Formats: sequence, structure tokens, C-alpha cells
Amino acid sequence: MAKLKKLEDYRDEIERCVKCGACRAHCPAFDAERREGRVARGKIALANSILEGEVGLEPKVLEDLSQCLLCGSCCAGCPNKVHTEDIVAAARRQIAEERGLSTFGKGVATVLGRPKLMNLLAKSGGSLSSILFKKLPKNSGLNLRFPAPYLEKGRTLPPITAKPFRERVPEVIPGDSQQPTVLFFTGCGINYMYPAVGEAFLNALNFLGVTVIVPKDQACCGLPAVSAGATKTIESLADQNLAAINRHNFDYIVTACASCNSGLGNIYAEMGDEFKEMSAKVMDIFVFLARHGLPEKLEALPKSEQRIKVTYHDPCHLRNQGITKEPRQILKALPQVEFVEMPDAGTCCGLGGTYSVYHYEHTKRIAARKAGNIESSGAELVATDCPGCIMQLQDGINHAEGTQRALHILELLAEALPE
Amino acid sequence: MIDKKIIEELVQILGKDNVLTSKAERICYSYDATQQSFLPEVILQPGSTEEIALVMKLANRELIPVFPRGAGSGFTGGSLPTKGGIVLCTEQMDQILEIDEENLVATVEPGVVTERFQKAVEKVGLFYPPDPASLKFSTLGGNVAECAGGPRCVKYGVTKDFIIGLEVVTPTGDIITTGGPTMKGVVGYDLTKLLCGSEGTLGIITRIVIKLLPLPEAKKTMLVLFDSIDGAAQAVSAITRNKIIPTTLEFMDGRTIECVRQATDLDLPEAAQAVLIIEVDGDREFLDKQVNRIAEIIKPLGVVETRIATTPEESEALWQIRRSVSASLRKVNPDKFNEDICVPRSKVPEMIRKVDAIADKYQIPIVNFGHAGDGNIHVNIMVNKKVSGDIMKAEGAIKDVFKATLELGGTMSGEHGVGIAKAPYIPLEITPIAAEYMKAIKKALDPNNILNPGKIFLDSLED
Repeated sequence: MAKLKKLEDYRDEIERCVKCGACRAHCPAFDAERREGRVARGKIALANSILEGEVGLEPKVLEDLSQCLLCGSCCAGCPNKVHTEDIVAAARRQIAEERGLSTFGKGVATVLGRPKLMNLLAKSGGSLSSILFKKLPKNSGLNLRFPAPYLEKGRTLPPITAKPFRERVPEVIPGDSQQPTVLFFTGCGINYMYPAVGEAFLNALNFLGVTVIVPKDQACCGLPAVSAGATKTIESLADQNLAAINRHNFDYIVTACASCNSGLGNIYAEMGDEFKEMSAKVMDIFVFLARHGLPEKLEALPKSEQRIKVTYHDPCHLRNQGITKEPRQILKALPQVEFVEMPDAGTCCGLGGTYSVYHYEHTKRIAARKAGNIESSGAELVATDCPGCIMQLQDGINHAEGTQRALHILELLAEALPE
Repeated sequence: MIDKKIIEELVQILGKDNVLTSKAERICYSYDATQQSFLPEVILQPGSTEEIALVMKLANRELIPVFPRGAGSGFTGGSLPTKGGIVLCTEQMDQILEIDEENLVATVEPGVVTERFQKAVEKVGLFYPPDPASLKFSTLGGNVAECAGGPRCVKYGVTKDFIIGLEVVTPTGDIITTGGPTMKGVVGYDLTKLLCGSEGTLGIITRIVIKLLPLPEAKKTMLVLFDSIDGAAQAVSAITRNKIIPTTLEFMDGRTIECVRQATDLDLPEAAQAVLIIEVDGDREFLDKQVNRIAEIIKPLGVVETRIATTPEESEALWQIRRSVSASLRKVNPDKFNEDICVPRSKVPEMIRKVDAIADKYQIPIVNFGHAGDGNIHVNIMVNKKVSGDIMKAEGAIKDVFKATLELGGTMSGEHGVGIAKAPYIPLEITPIAAEYMKAIKKALDPNNILNPGKIFLDSLED
């Protein structure tokens, strides 16, 4: 049975923070308000004070701990590599345990914990409708709005697909027996919002002759529940996924969502010995493709005469694992793409799970900066490797009245591969 | 004791959102990079000079200590609220007010983060050289108060060399300006220089006038591996003797290299017992010539290998070796005391030998790296606070290091200041009469000892 660590288990990690303040340069949430409680150093001080009984779970403490995107930017810039994102997530679990889940957190837990409900919501009129989202008259094909008070106005969301990706494809898509077998962990973004990305995934692996297994009974990886502090939901999702995955024989579990990659590969690994073997097999799609010779194959294709300028946004959950080279390598090799780097490609887009729900105004500020950077790169498209980022990047671009489109690198790859 | 009535008065001056009183907020402003912590009673986040003046008047009336704070990234406790009272943060005042390209002068508020300012002036072809290691997060107000340094000081000097004017709220709540935007100015005492490095004890900096330089066209980085620290130190002397002043001249000793080797896969051959990272800046065509000249001068001094970067990426890779030092030290021991002594440049090898002897005497690892070009050595005494006796050993070692520094004509702090961390050692460096001279200034300007009391001098004035 999956078991998450308690705040108490992070005492050593907390002690490793030397309060140097380097996190102030890297935290997107701090940048919006510049108060110590908002930055990693302050949150660690608060987490320590909770453990020492110096503060209770009073409103100021809860507010500060809610102000974290769990993006890990602070850890990436920390000289001692203190994982504040894990400490904050553990603190949120303790808060949820002692004070109960927030109303929105309950919604997250209810929906994520019940894949059947998610499917049902997806099918009911093509939107997640009544519980979370309310479909309003749209200005464009993509505009949906969240109902107040949890989800504020003016947010653009992709439409929810009427037929989830996993229901469109067979469970096993056989390939060449000489090639490895891959288990495709789709995640919710691809399954419910971006099925075209899932199809592009299958095309790319089919091109390499790889056998793909898409377990029907896989569930959400649980990252939104990590953000909400919903311990039981995360643990039960981890158990469900382990059972679904263990039914098959495969060489790699491949993800095309940075968050799922981190959830399965890193968070699950800490949840008990039975997860370690599975976590070790998790690999990002572009790392897989790069290791299996796709860039060379793409380079061999004739370059298009008119290429489109594309920039890349590093999803936090890949950047923190040092996966920055491979997605760019594939992008640069695409025949129809002219790759341009944008400033600060590695800073968070501002989504951060439930952060963007509770702090949408701050989120917008973070996204606006990102949109400015995309604009200044001169790119027409911003490609990334995470459905959550795609959603957030597009929202930021739309608010900035930009003309760029956010998409998954796999969508560009699908265009390039021969039929 | 700050009662409800005083809080109400503060709220009237600053607005509710800028007066923080909850336990959680007080905890978040109780520390800095010294890892010591003192709980303040209230945190204020003023938005204007006038608000700060009103706060100081109130503090004088009620005899409440006020502790100014920038980003709270100091290494000596200069901003710690050691006596409770008010923590006054200047970081909300963060406007770059003017960059005057005609006069090469800029005016900023104290809360501007140093790197942000550097980038802003570089955008218009200008240059603000001081580059403390904390530049990505420390504020200019804090840099001025502590007179921050950095690697580029070899060629350009420290923060105070670029500050030509200030607006300051005095400890008694008046507003004064010192100096101004002119390159020359000799009317009256030079209060600007007095306030730079005064560690927030003589006034609260609310506006800073900064002298700028033209941005050098390019820079070039080289990394030289030596078979001994003596070779590296002789190289520093040889370069300066040949009338070349590089922008930076960073060094790492054998123990530091060993740490980096163990913690990273950076390529540092076993024969390397000292490293110099040398950077020159200026006109592009002039740089190759200068780098080659340096390589030639230092060649006979036990050079194991010279690497010269040809692209910004290669330059970054060379700097990566220096940047990985801090994190790699943890492999030696979890806790460290980082002293920033400064000796005449020619004395660097002698100092390193003395530090090595001190490490042997106390049986405690000491790792040295720093700015060889200006003799500023970061002596890192590595301890494990959980091991009994380690702290005692460290304290003994620190005192010995300071004594050795002073014997060589050096100073106990090149760039971190005194704060509370070095206050006990002040008598080693400053004679009682000189200390009285300094304290007389403090007493005259801050008769109630309201502003940042207990810093620099142990025997604070109210005792």
C-alpha cells in the first residue's frame, strides 16, 4: 500500500536550509508579492515552526503555504538543494488531515479518485460541466470559463473531448518484435483534453516500430491531489496505477506529460518499496525518442522551404530532473521547424496545480511575463511537453492578446512524420 | 514593548497591509543568512521616505529599536532584530527612478535587486560593476549598508566606489541628502562614504545615486590549473606586476578543488592543487592579446593546464567550477562558518599556509577560496554542529584566523561586515581609541540608540 511521508519525516530536509535567501531569485510566487512568507526560505521556517509547535495552522500560515506552485524552481536554484516543494506538499497534507480538505480540494479528490466519474463528466456534453467547469457562450472554439468562486472569470481552457483518448485506441498496439515495448501512461490532460497528442504519441512510436500498451484502467497520476494535500486520494491512485501497470510486461513506462513523469517517476518512488521498480522504468517521451534514434531519422528528412518559428517552454517537472536537452533536440531536428530560444524558458508558467485556482491573479502575472518572453522570441508557436503547461501558456498568451499558439511537441512531430 | 496603541499609530502611517504582526509573519522576518534568529515584535514595509521618517520619530518617542532590512541575505546578522522591536523592510521601495545616460548616473530606491539594476543599465550600454555573490536576490540598499564586494572588485572597486549620493532618514527621523549626481563635490564631510558600510546603524538609506561606467564591449575567461597554491599566488603578483588588472582573479585552494572533484564530474586533474579563474574585459580585439600575455607571464609558475573560453558557453562552463564550490562543501561537513578575511594580495599564500596550520591544530577541515586579486579570502571552517566540540573548535579556529590575518596587515572582513557575528572580535582590529571615535559618531547621530542597536560593537551604547 502506498504511503506518503509526513511533515515530520522532512526534519533533516528542513534543517538543510541555511536561510541564505537564494530562493528569492527563483520563486515565481514570491515575485508576485515579495514577502518572506511567500518564498521557500519563509515556508521552510513556517514548516519548522509547525513541527516545533510555535505556530498553529492559523490563517496566515495557511495562506503562505497555499502560495507555492510546487514548481521546484527554488530547489533548482538552492545551493543546498532543499526540496521545498516536498516540504510544502507534506505541510498541505498535514493541514488537510487536521483541518479537512478545502472545498475545491474535495472536488479535486472526488473527481480524480473516480475515473468513471471523470469519463462521465467528459462525455456529458463535452465539458467537465457541473462540478468544476461551467461552459459559457464562447468567443472562440477554445473559450470556456470557470465558475466563481473557485475558478475565476476570463480563463481560457481547451474543450473537453467527447470521447477520451483511451477509449479510442486498443489496449495493445503491436510493433516490431525487435523493438522495445512501451507502456503509455497517458495522464488526464491527454486523455480528456488533448487526445491528438496521444495519437501523435502512437504515430511516433509506430514510426520506430515500438509496441505500445495503453492500459485502460490507468488512473490520474495524482499530482493535482498532491497540490491539494489530498493524501488518501494520492495513495489510492498510486495503488490503482501500480496494479494497472503490473498487469503488463514492458520495457519502459513512457509519459508525454511532465507532471505525470514526475508523479510516477519521483513521487511514487518515495511511497514504498513496491513502487521503486516501476518508478525506475518511467521515461519522458523525448528522452525515449532521442535514445532510440529519432533525431537522426528526422535530420535525414528534407528540410521544408518555409519553416515555422517555434520556441520551447521547459515544464518545471522536467527541468527539475535535468531534462532540457532532448525536447529541444527533437524540435531542432524537425524539418518544418526553425527553433528559437526564448528568455527564461525554464521559469514556471504559473499553473502549479491548485495554486492557479486559488491565486489566479498571481498566476496571470506569472503567465504575462511568460507571454512577453514568448513574444520577444519572435516565435509563432510555443511547444512544450506538458498538457498543463499548454493550457496555462495559451491562457497567458490570450490575456496578453498575443497571436501565438501553445502546443505539444508531439503535434509538430506528427506533422513531420511520413504517413 | 509595542502595545496596541503604537500598532494603531503605525497602521495610520503605513496602512494595514504594511504592518505585519502575526506570529507567522514575525517568524519569517526573524532570520538572515547567519542562521541565527530573533523574533521581532512588528514588521513594517514602508513605501516612502516620509513614512520611514514618521516611524523613526515614533520609535524615538517610544524608545523602540528599529532594525533596517533589505533582502535579509547578510552573513553577519546586520539586519537581525536582536532586541525585538521593529524590523523595517525597505524592499517594497524598489523603483529604478532614473538612468541618466548623459551624465552616467542612476538614481534608485533601496529595494531594487542588484541584478535587476545591472540588467537595466546594461540594456542601455552602461555598467554597474559591484557583483556580490548574492546579486540575484540582495538589494542595493543592503549592498550599500554593508558595502558589498564581489569578484569584479579587483578592477573596479567595491560598492562605495560607485555611490556618489544618498537620501537618508536619520535615526531621529529627519530626512537628509548627502553628495549628489556630480562627479566632484567637497562641501562638508563626506557623509556618503560614512554611511556606505555603516551597517544600518547611522541612517536608513531611502534613495541611492549611483555612478555608472560604459559597458565593456566583451569579456574573456580563462581557467588556469597550478600544481601549488604558491604558483597561483605568484601568478597573481606577476600579473599585477606586469600592469595588467583583470576584471576578476578568483582562486580555489587544493582542499576546495578536492571538494568539487568529489561532488561533481567537472574535469579537474589530480595534479591541480590550485585554480585561478581569470577574466578580462574591454574592447574585443584587445582581449585576445591580453589573455595571451597573461598565459605567457604565468607559464613558468607551475601551470598544469590553461583553458581559454572562446564562446560564452565555454566561459560559463569554466565559471561552473567556481559556482559548484558552495554546494560541494557540504560533502565535507554539513555546517560552515564563512569568514571573509582580506590580506594584502602578496600575502595570500602565506595566509593560506597559516590557515592550513590552524586546520591541523584544531583537527577541523578549513576550505579556502575567494578573490585572490584583492586578497579577499573566504575561509570556510567546516563543522558538524551535531558533533560535540565542533563549535568550540570552530570558535578557536576563527579567532586564530583573525589574529593571523591582522599579523599580515589584513582585515577581518572584506565584504560581509561586522554585524553581530564579528562584533566580539572587534578589539583585535580596532584600537579602543578608534572604537571610541566611531561610537562618538553613533552617539551624536542616534542619541537614543534606536537604530540597529547592538551591531558592530558588543558594548552597545545604552548599557
